[in-house]
Amino acid sequence: MNRINKKLLENKKLLSIYFTAGYPSLDNTVSIIEGLEKNGVDILEIGLPFSDPLADGPTIQASSTQALNNGMTTKVLFTQLKDIRKTVSIPLIIMGYFNPILQYGVEAFCKKCQEVGIDGLIIPDLPVDVYHDEYQEIFEKHKLINIFLITPQTSEKRIRYIDSISNGFIYMVSSSSVTGSQSGFGEAQTQYFKRIANLKLKNPQIVGFGISDKTTFNQATQFAKGAIIGSAFIKYVSEFGVNNLKRFINTIKD
Amino acid sequence: MSYNINTKGYYGDFGGAYIPEMLYPNVEELRQNYLKIMSDSEFQKEFHQLLKDYVGRPSPLYFAKRLSEKYETNIYLKREDLNHTGAHKINNTIGQILMAKRLGKHRIIAETGAGQHGVATATVCALMGLECIIYMGEIDIARQAPNVARMKMLGATVIPAKSGSKTLKDATNEAIRDWINNPINTHYIIGSVVGPHPYPDMVARFQAIVSEEIQWQLKEQTGKTKPDYIIACVGGGSNAAGAYYHFLDNTDVKLIAVEAAGKGIHSGESAATSVLGKEGIIHGSKTLLMQTTDGQITEPYSISAGLDYPGVGPMHAHLYKSGRAEFLSITDNEAMNAGLELCQLEGIIPAIESSHALATFKKKQFKPNNVVVLSLSGRGDKDLETYINHFKL
Repeated sequence: MNRINKKLLENKKLLSIYFTAGYPSLDNTVSIIEGLEKNGVDILEIGLPFSDPLADGPTIQASSTQALNNGMTTKVLFTQLKDIRKTVSIPLIIMGYFNPILQYGVEAFCKKCQEVGIDGLIIPDLPVDVYHDEYQEIFEKHKLINIFLITPQTSEKRIRYIDSISNGFIYMVSSSSVTGSQSGFGEAQTQYFKRIANLKLKNPQIVGFGISDKTTFNQATQFAKGAIIGSAFIKYVSEFGVNNLKRFINTIKD
Repeated sequence: MSYNINTKGYYGDFGGAYIPEMLYPNVEELRQNYLKIMSDSEFQKEFHQLLKDYVGRPSPLYFAKRLSEKYETNIYLKREDLNHTGAHKINNTIGQILMAKRLGKHRIIAETGAGQHGVATATVCALMGLECIIYMGEIDIARQAPNVARMKMLGATVIPAKSGSKTLKDATNEAIRDWINNPINTHYIIGSVVGPHPYPDMVARFQAIVSEEIQWQLKEQTGKTKPDYIIACVGGGSNAAGAYYHFLDNTDVKLIAVEAAGKGIHSGESAATSVLGKEGIIHGSKTLLMQTTDGQITEPYSISAGLDYPGVGPMHAHLYKSGRAEFLSITDNEAMNAGLELCQLEGIIPAIESSHALATFKKKQFKPNNVVVLSLSGRGDKDLETYINHFKL
């Protein structure tokens, strides 16, 4: 069983963290992954930086630009992750935009992911239909779970379609926004979280965008299986570095 | 074989809608409605009325006698430079503002590089009384002060794009992010035949008025129903798309697309996407784009801000790959000289974008009986300072 599916069976709310590979320093990747696992993080999203990250706000954009300037590339990332499965056992997901993956070669990329022990991919600008028609077979051949996003504007029909071709979790974007632009959830979001929970989808949902502390983590996971933190973590490491990750985790859960 | 878009939103291998889910409802709403709205007779009537009374169409098809004598062929200039706001851009913004109104949107956003599309958007927003927000790279704001002032006078809010390289591609990213953040009330007026489907097709259809007029104007003036050649410059490619549109599938008409070679194709400072680009995804479209081997989008260069885009519309990527159009690259110097030549032979100061198209005549010999139509996409007023500095006037 894929590590993601196994993790989703655990009887707890899951904390997932996104970080940009190559930031703040080129070679921080392994120590961030190990440090977060040690401090109880359940799933990691390793951000493959892109020059033009359309769905991201200023914090992740800036970290991506810095990571690229530091010399991060797809090849470098795979080299860094070469031995990651000797020390790390939580699910690892690569989150990246489609163009760098296309240039690497989708099949070669998937093969490499499987070799180093990546469990899934999140590619925000790879449309569901294109994935279904052109790439699903390749992903499945290499045991990769592809994670799709839904938003408050996604129709129920489309959510059900996405649910039908997913086999991990659904990434539930908390509001109509780019990353890192929310502070706190209001009534509209709670209603949305409830509405999705009531759909009784076959895939559990993990909420992303706008989670930055205990309050928002608890709000998000009241109805969902887990929550993803990105921008808040990037802000933390840019200020405090990667050595004391425990302090950050303590701001999210007890 | 058709060179136009297929039902799935692709030109051959290029096009599609590679967008994050957050944009899906906006783009899907447009996709489901744009053809229906455009084919509505009331819409067509309003569109053509504004093109006539407000833009000043039809733009003349002008036989450039002295230019033709010099290059020993028959050159007709399609005078988009005479449109209100000084370029072909207004054809598309008039169409899209009417589209936005039909869709019930009251907030308009747009990206702009040199500011021409920004001005054309701010203009139609003023005309319709709609809120207008223009994203423009911080670097472009600094070097295009007169157009920034124009947009502000027209009532638009100009927001600097401070991410990435702070130019057109980043302004486009910021506009897309704005649209993600405002999914209900906002329409995004993309300025070229780029972006996710249906934008390339919708913009091409609005610009198609150019070739529609060429057809009857040429008939009226020469008795011929089609030219032998159509020449247009290509950045994103909207004026070329408009000039080619009704001749796309008529292979008797040869298409010439002119890209900016900047300081030389292999100088590292160029915008010749067909030569330097590879297939990939930019701004939601699969097309040719300039990028590193690792798939990071690179920054193009041209003396002409309107040709300074790292990609090219999917229609043009297909015209290139299929060989339907011949692609030429023109350097800064070649373009500037061709622009000055038009001033002195015909009394027309062209936009530097159009000067690239004009430089074709130094590169390629046409036959004395050929009829060559060139899209003179814009006027040179906005470029005076660049011309002054270049020629030390």
